[in-house]
Amino acid sequence: MTEKVRIAELACGPEYSGVQKEINDAAAAVGAEIFFPDISLKDVKRDLTLFGLDVRSPDLKLAIARAKELVEGRIEADAVFIATCFRCAEAAIVRNELRRYIVENSPLPVVSYSFTERTTSGTLLTRMEALTTIARRRALLAREVQEGTTLGLDSGSATTKAIVMRDNRIIGKGWLPTTEVLKSADEAIALALAEAGVKREEIQAVGTTGYGRYLVGEHIHADLIQEELTVNSKGAVYLADHQHGPCTVIDIGGMDNKAITVHDGIPGTFTMGGICAGASGRFLEMTAKRLGVEITELGPLAMKGLATRVPMNSYCIVFGTQSLVNALAAGSSREDVAAAACHSVAEQVFEQQLQEVDIKEPVIMVGGTSLISGLVHAMGTLLKTEILVPPHSQHIGAVGSALLASGFIREKR
Amino acid sequence: MAKVFIYPTTSLILSDLVSRFGHEPLGSALGIRERIQTAGFDSPPLQVTPEEPKKGLRWAAVEVPSGVRGRMAFIGPQIEEAEAAIIINDADLAFGCMGCARTNELVMFLLRHRRIPVLDLTYPKSEEEGEIFVAAIREFLEKLPKGGKAE
Repeated sequence: MTEKVRIAELACGPEYSGVQKEINDAAAAVGAEIFFPDISLKDVKRDLTLFGLDVRSPDLKLAIARAKELVEGRIEADAVFIATCFRCAEAAIVRNELRRYIVENSPLPVVSYSFTERTTSGTLLTRMEALTTIARRRALLAREVQEGTTLGLDSGSATTKAIVMRDNRIIGKGWLPTTEVLKSADEAIALALAEAGVKREEIQAVGTTGYGRYLVGEHIHADLIQEELTVNSKGAVYLADHQHGPCTVIDIGGMDNKAITVHDGIPGTFTMGGICAGASGRFLEMTAKRLGVEITELGPLAMKGLATRVPMNSYCIVFGTQSLVNALAAGSSREDVAAAACHSVAEQVFEQQLQEVDIKEPVIMVGGTSLISGLVHAMGTLLKTEILVPPHSQHIGAVGSALLASGFIREKR
Repeated sequence: MAKVFIYPTTSLILSDLVSRFGHEPLGSALGIRERIQTAGFDSPPLQVTPEEPKKGLRWAAVEVPSGVRGRMAFIGPQIEEAEAAIIINDADLAFGCMGCARTNELVMFLLRHRRIPVLDLTYPKSEEEGEIFVAAIREFLEKLPKGGKAE
């Protein structure tokens, strides 16, 4: 039996919010266990003074002391999970500073999360899975070259993507909107195999990722079923030919967004947001529909417009769309409205997610939305950097899966 | 016997002092014991479910963090039930500790608005202060009616 990954929890409030069980369940579902580092009162007092952040809440003081014990190696753990209440300013400061402190001073993978009483183990599952993968499967994530003939499938919330790779080259691609999860997967695979001119029997290993990864993974007997945070990181650095050193990967998806700091192809810290549809690709889809253009045309249209000419009153997908409709009714050009929509999504991701990770250049944007040039431009402007969009960026998850799956070929032999 | 709310609510020393002088201490141990002993829950470690933060809406609005509302689901009813209160300010962590500073602020505010007898003390820093501290608590508790509702 594989030894459990031990995740140290630094937290304030989860037991009183009724979500501690959800955190425990999410960890257990990925073969990990949560533990609270055991420290003495003397350690708390000393560590607090040394850390230098004078907070009022005793649970946060305890979290700080526990972090210090972990970093200084007096308590052993494989990974760290930092959890505090959503909307608590004091906790947000501590959460952020602890994450930064642990990342800068230890090799421990960290994920931080702000919960409400509605947080479920399902919400936390992908994050826990990524955390355990980074802790347990470093050897797998170290893979830089694809070998043999492999298939990668990304069963996303909006689209399903399949990639066939052979000897470190992409030879077949399949892409279609996700309707019925399994049917979409089968069709995407058929498209990729047809383009590659490869028969299913020739595929030596299969990897799946995305929301439907478990269902599809079982259906197609995948060798690797892996969450999208680590897979997308691998896919991004591979396609951007930036497998060494630091970088940041941003994926604005159909249902949620991911921002991941990566070092040598291995994720360090990451955030995954899915609270508001206004910060997702859905908002851009709706904008394109309202403007009467294909989603593929939205980016070039936005590049001709100026976002500042359209007042946006809300980030919300409903009220934000209303602002765009009002602007059109008041005579704004379609170009300006498209630019405003792109700016709104980029700004919301920038304000609400990118503040939780330390941006390291180069910044690589991936996923379907990375093909919307107006969005990439808006994000680059906000981050004051030139964003890198690698080739096949919309297939990032499938490429990452195909790449990592090739690690299983030798095992099979 | 008066129902005496103690702050910090986790203080066993304070709880013990109140009991010794013949009154009923109201602290977090009571609320937690009630939940742990109630059959049917399966939400370790405290058997608090996501329902508690919703119950906490009685004392704090929905934009208040869930941890504050969840704590208030324990503490709020006790504040309403209390006939007297002992508040120890700046207590040492070893004396009793309440995890969330925002909850503590709300608890103090609600207690002071109850218009019940409240003993407000600062945690002693020396043996001499400690003796005065215990004497003050004793005097306060002795003045509370033993047989019925506090004046």
